[in-house]
Amino acid sequence: MHEMSLAESVLQIIENTARAEKCTRVKTVRLEIGQLAGVEAESLRFCFDVVTRDSVAQDAQLEIIETAGLGKCTQCGCETPIASLYEACPQCGSYGLSVIDGDAMRVKELEVE
Amino acid sequence: MCTTCGCGTDQVLIRGKTARHPNKPNEPLHFRAHERVVQTEVQVRPPLPNPLPHAGEGANESLREINFDRSEAKRIVKLEQDILAKNNSLAHSNRKRFAESAILALNLVSSPGSGKTTLLVHTLQALKGKLPLAVIEGDQQTDFDAERIRATGVEAIQINTGKGCHLDALMVEHALQQLPLPQDGVLFIENVGNLVCPAAFDLGEAAKVVVFSVTEGEDKPLKYPDMFRAARLMLLSKCDLLPHLDFDADLAIAYARRVNPQLQVIRLSATSGTGMAEWLEWITTACRAERVAAAQTA
Repeated sequence: MHEMSLAESVLQIIENTARAEKCTRVKTVRLEIGQLAGVEAESLRFCFDVVTRDSVAQDAQLEIIETAGLGKCTQCGCETPIASLYEACPQCGSYGLSVIDGDAMRVKELEVE
Repeated sequence: MCTTCGCGTDQVLIRGKTARHPNKPNEPLHFRAHERVVQTEVQVRPPLPNPLPHAGEGANESLREINFDRSEAKRIVKLEQDILAKNNSLAHSNRKRFAESAILALNLVSSPGSGKTTLLVHTLQALKGKLPLAVIEGDQQTDFDAERIRATGVEAIQINTGKGCHLDALMVEHALQQLPLPQDGVLFIENVGNLVCPAAFDLGEAAKVVVFSVTEGEDKPLKYPDMFRAARLMLLSKCDLLPHLDFDADLAIAYARRVNPQLQVIRLSATSGTGMAEWLEWITTACRAERVAAAQTA
């Protein structure tokens, strides 16, 4: 899903940071991508390589930290690990668990020179 | 180009003309163009101390590692920045603009071929003269849809995303500069036909309305849950075809509510007119709510 747009947004964050930090090269980019964020990690890697060509992050290593999905039942309040948005609460069986973790897409940190 | 959905970095066209950078008028606006610096709190962590060489075997190798590390002078810049922060901040300013003019902005989303444009044409014909209206049309190519809308007499602007698979808040901001705003009325934004990508991109709308046609599979809400989760209203369209199809409407709605229990649902058909009154009533009620909210903040 929309990995090219996301890769371009990541590059923009990198370029803004590189300018502000006066660094010449970005060696590693660490992203946090939630399991429920709807992002295909392999596709994001492919797009990242394409968009970072001839940029400060060319050949940078992309590390993706995947965070697990965590839901909370709106009926009984039980917290449970979830891998999709349509899972039922294991305690009371109701649907529509609210997502409390695992839907974020963040640039966590950069390793720069 | 994205291998998942085929989105790419084509130039964005608005009314068939190349959209320009807001800050660099000589440069074209690309899909997810690179401009506008987002201010970030940057916290720099000092370089970590190099590890001490181990005694005995392998000490020489460790020494080489230490030298290597020093020559590279690595630094860690902590960011913790949301990848969609820029889009979200532009969406916020679009939303503010809509609120100031008491405009109900609806983001219509669906897979290709669900009948969004036909439904929109019938909706505009019914609301014309009762409410101020305007339309932003999003498609990868052609301005056929905007032409169909303009034939109803309602102002429409076409955004061509090129290879882009969704509209984003910046494209909408550009379109708003060229479109007379329907003060106290409704702005319909017809997104690119795609049930995946538009779910993540806030345009500043009051609500996403997902159009789901009965010629699709009942399990679509489970296959593409993000969109049904993000929507406030689901229009189950082409219901006039139900007698000819093996489609279980109740099951389709149950699946959608499994993903989003708060989802409102209207069954309708633009062709036969079934359910259209309920949909028009939903719009006018939401429109009234926008006006009340605008009056309270004024």
